[in-house]
Amino acid sequence: MRIYNAPSIIAGLLVLIGLLTFPFWYNAGDVVAAPEPSLDTPVLQGLQDKQCIEPTPYMRSKHMELLRHWRDEVVRKGKAIYVASDGREYEMSLQGTCLDCHSNTDQFCGRCHDYAGVEPGCWTCHLQPEENVP
Amino acid sequence: MKMNRRDFLRTAGVWVLGVGLLPLTDVLAQGARPQVLPGREALSAARWAMVFDSRRCREGCQDCILACHRVHNVPDIGDVEEEVKWIWTTSYEGAFPGRQHDYIDGLRSKPFVVLCNHCANPSCVRVCPTRATFKRSDGIVMMDYHRCIGCRYCMAACPYGARSFNFRDPRPYLDEVNPDYPTREKGVVEKCNFCAERLAAGIPPACVEACRDGALAFGDIEDPGSEVRKLLNSGHVLRRKPELGTGPQVYYIV
Repeated sequence: MRIYNAPSIIAGLLVLIGLLTFPFWYNAGDVVAAPEPSLDTPVLQGLQDKQCIEPTPYMRSKHMELLRHWRDEVVRKGKAIYVASDGREYEMSLQGTCLDCHSNTDQFCGRCHDYAGVEPGCWTCHLQPEENVP
Repeated sequence: MKMNRRDFLRTAGVWVLGVGLLPLTDVLAQGARPQVLPGREALSAARWAMVFDSRRCREGCQDCILACHRVHNVPDIGDVEEEVKWIWTTSYEGAFPGRQHDYIDGLRSKPFVVLCNHCANPSCVRVCPTRATFKRSDGIVMMDYHRCIGCRYCMAACPYGARSFNFRDPRPYLDEVNPDYPTREKGVVEKCNFCAERLAAGIPPACVEACRDGALAFGDIEDPGSEVRKLLNSGHVLRRKPELGTGPQVYYIV
């Protein structure tokens, strides 16, 4: 097999591959600190037992499913109360229950979402506590 | 390993069956889903309905409108072409076109409060391509703003003009924000929800509560002993455009 103009084609290919992989090698070696969602809110400070409605690992990986489930139950099925796995009951409300404790949405929700590059559309309609509004 | 055709088909069949049944594990796992309950104080009805008594409504009064719009963060855009409204007043002719004549002097000046009729057969629900608007079992025609894509089919379908489109972000047009209720965003359609969120908490609709003259009544129309049913027999009752077959559930005593 013979490639015409091999040197320039191969050089061009190398440049292309270099450009395409630029984000990988440019950031290689950089240590990006894992996000640390802040739990420093007045309500959480005052809590003896700092336990979310479900265990933390579950909340960390499934909060979006839980919120979707709440949304559908409240808006479409007219339900109001969530019975957690330990039997405690909560009003299914983002503004009324979640943000009661997590009033620092920018430092709690925002830090992980920024890190992971996700942009949930919650705050276009749901109201953040005033301290987070720029 | 040597395998004849029959054995191959048998084994393949078992595999296909196994993979086909895999999704069932999800269905069986649903039993472990967390439990949800209706609100402790929630008001319930077979069919919610409203009665407006024009004999009692005071001219120039805006209490019901202001209360509703304050509670639900309905913006005051100020431009008629882009206005957002859940409840408003109109004239007799505006509310009941085709039922007027030239000599209805007494009714002409009277305000009629109009809002979403929470139809028994809602045309908006039929046309919504995402089922963002739907009818609950208690008759309330609800909006799920999460699903609304802003196509405005429902606005074209509604014969009462009860729906408004958010042409712009409503937040700058709110004088004061009720922190207990969300706002809407640019690009969704909104309307009256018969105060479903208040009923879930056991309180009557904001407009009914705000009316000092008792011109608005709310209750279960299927309950023969309810206030709304009794009111229906206390005067001549109209509904808006009943000939369209939508089955409006807001009744007007004229």
